[in-house]
Amino acid sequence: MGLHAGSMSSLRRFFRHLASNGHRDWIFILPSLVLIALLGLPLLALVLRSLDKNFFSYALSPSALTSLRLSLITSLISVVITIAFGTPLAYMLARWEFFGKSFVELLIDLPVVLPPSVAGLALLIAFGRQGVFGSALSMLGISLPFTTTAVIMAQTFVSAPLYIRAARIGFAEVDVQMEEAAHVEGANQWQLFSEVMFPLAGRALIGGAILTWTRALGEFGATILFAGNLEGTTQTMPLAIYLGFERSLGVAIALSVMLVGVSVILLLLTRGLEKKHQANSD
Amino acid sequence: MKKIILLFYVIALSACAPSPTSRTLTVFAAASLTQAFAEIGKTFETISPGVTVKFNFAGSQTLRTQLEQGAVADIFASANQAEMDNAVKDGLIERNASHMFLTNKLVVISPPNNPANVQTLNDLAKPGLKLVLAADTVPAGKYARQILDNMSKDSLFGSDFKTKVLANVVSNENDVKQVVAKVQLGEADAGIVYVSDAVATPELKNIEIPTNFNVIAKYPIAALAKSPNSDLAAQFIAYVLSSEGQDVLNKWGFMPVQ
Repeated sequence: MGLHAGSMSSLRRFFRHLASNGHRDWIFILPSLVLIALLGLPLLALVLRSLDKNFFSYALSPSALTSLRLSLITSLISVVITIAFGTPLAYMLARWEFFGKSFVELLIDLPVVLPPSVAGLALLIAFGRQGVFGSALSMLGISLPFTTTAVIMAQTFVSAPLYIRAARIGFAEVDVQMEEAAHVEGANQWQLFSEVMFPLAGRALIGGAILTWTRALGEFGATILFAGNLEGTTQTMPLAIYLGFERSLGVAIALSVMLVGVSVILLLLTRGLEKKHQANSD
Repeated sequence: MKKIILLFYVIALSACAPSPTSRTLTVFAAASLTQAFAEIGKTFETISPGVTVKFNFAGSQTLRTQLEQGAVADIFASANQAEMDNAVKDGLIERNASHMFLTNKLVVISPPNNPANVQTLNDLAKPGLKLVLAADTVPAGKYARQILDNMSKDSLFGSDFKTKVLANVVSNENDVKQVVAKVQLGEADAGIVYVSDAVATPELKNIEIPTNFNVIAKYPIAALAKSPNSDLAAQFIAYVLSSEGQDVLNKWGFMPVQ
């Protein structure tokens, strides 16, 4: 109720501001409204359409649950892999100067801007059975396409950069003198990380990990190209939505709303972390 | 400067509205028609000056769903009667407006180097074979499962043949051309696609499916009830049904309607 009253009075203030401040503000407001409508209306429509007495029977249907389980497992594994291998890399990028550093930085930025279909094709050409490197793997009896491993690789490829970027910034913000002091006091690498770096850069790391998780959950293009589509093995939620809307629009909408919900929660979490971080540093 | 910015908004918003003078025929066609219809579209453009033919190739079930959700098109060419019937049921196409315009059969394909050494239809049930099919919502996927049903009824293959073959499926693709792509890349050991797909990708190995097991896929074509260019749509369909049109389709491995 308090929140409601608060938003009412701020709305009233907004209109009063408009009335007093004249037409100049419309130059900002009108174009903004167009874009806000474009961003908001589809999601609103999705939620409205999902308000159906069958929502739960759709959301809890066996194929929906299978894809949900697969999505959660694969995306969490992608996050763990990203943290395990991305944290040292992020630290190196934050603290060290080395040959080829700018090349590595570019490589990490690329998947963020690349279309996922390019990522999927690249993975297939590299690690497919007849791929540039995959042909050697297949001689060892390892075949990656059409496996759950391929799903995780696709997710990690597109989502790891988000964590690495966030962690690099987090590490860079830690005062170098703190680190030097820890070294002087005889801390080893592990102690340096567990006692100094993780507590000080923790929020950035967690925020980055959540972003990576959100991106991994939403991965579609690279997965469908590299891993294919098989229920229970490679059919994650985004694939089930894409391929399911022809079978049952209801299931596709229910799954979409669930994904939107999870993404909203995760984004709110990261925003909460950022706010706390700002409050702490002020 | 202000005027330029204003002009930009006007242009950006007006670009969203279609210009009434352009003559563009939009054809939603089953993925298996990709190469054949691309050629037919080019010829149609040369015989009807000022007309551009635009295609949307995808699985027939995808096209029908897009039309249901309000996609604007002039023509729908489906790889099975079922999706055409669905479109009629939804009021997208008038009753009796569709024409059968070609038939197609299915065939087993494998990569040029045939990594799993697929030689006979029985090999499809070999444990560990990587088989890619179109999903069971896609016409080609429905036909493939029908064929497996037919084979399972024959003692030559055994009643568990379909189960064994389906256990080898590593991916259910969203249209038949995706199946071709996975086999062409050598990622899958085999796939079941249309004869026309095999004609369009001659480097692949083929294993014929005998007539008694095979399915004759019948393709219907129709103008959409709300086609903004119904005159052009009628001309295009007439061209597809004409002997020149049928010759092009034949060249790409399709067969005429008996």
